[in-house]
Amino acid sequence: MIGLTHFLLIGAVLFCTGLFMVVTKKNAIQILIGIELMLNAAILNMVAFGRFDKLNNSGQLIAIFSIVLAAATTAVALAIILNVYRRYKTIDPDKLNQLKD
Amino acid sequence: MTMFTILFWVMAVITVVPALYIAYSSNLVRSIFMFFITLFGLAGLYVYAMADFVAITQIVIYVGGILVLILFAFMLSGRETLEHLQQSPIKLFSLKKLPALLVSALFLIVLVNVILKANIDNQAWIARNVQTGNVIAATDITTDNIGINLMTRYLLPFEAVSILLLMALIGSAHLARKEQVQ
Repeated sequence: MIGLTHFLLIGAVLFCTGLFMVVTKKNAIQILIGIELMLNAAILNMVAFGRFDKLNNSGQLIAIFSIVLAAATTAVALAIILNVYRRYKTIDPDKLNQLKD
Repeated sequence: MTMFTILFWVMAVITVVPALYIAYSSNLVRSIFMFFITLFGLAGLYVYAMADFVAITQIVIYVGGILVLILFAFMLSGRETLEHLQQSPIKLFSLKKLPALLVSALFLIVLVNVILKANIDNQAWIARNVQTGNVIAATDITTDNIGINLMTRYLLPFEAVSILLLMALIGSAHLARKEQVQ
């Protein structure tokens, strides 16, 4: 049986990678991938703890809800990115500094 | 080292190394496909945490849905973004990225310290659940129980998520539509 600590360590590495991407990347889609990495790290922790709740399946069900929420977030974020691209012809977040054109 | 643990670490490497490559690379297409590998590795890790249903959900929703969506958005956003990206050479340790590297590395150190000092495997509630048999074994079938719990204990979040998905569907379709010419 794999210990919980190993899962949590992998989750920590994934979370920090996602944090690094969110801060440094020059492309909105790559930032979105960074956010997805952070979400996945959190879901990994949920699933790892969920092994110790067989009756209520709380960890696994929260993981499933988080996956669904991530899907909804991604759909809305990509629609926003497409709109931004249409208006500014770039998706570099550093160059998007006006609310109104 | 049994085969079980070796395969676990193989899966961990498959998860972590592409993630690091995504952070390193500035090529968008390559990072999307590397993200694909990370998601598959994560599904393998979920199987190791005895959550086979969540693993399949991960593959169906993330790999089948979100990744295709990201690819679509990339293709619709045109060639200019790609050319703009490839002008800048890849430098991990450039001065601009140093603060971000510092923040994430320090946060990683904090997290690892917390995890190692918390001694999670010997928590009281985990020991109690192991004692009372409330722990998923490798031979258990969990999908039935997940379905029953989803329809009884977690019915309200289930319905709330369904309404939220409908809102996200309508909202993203509204946001992504072509604007009317005045």
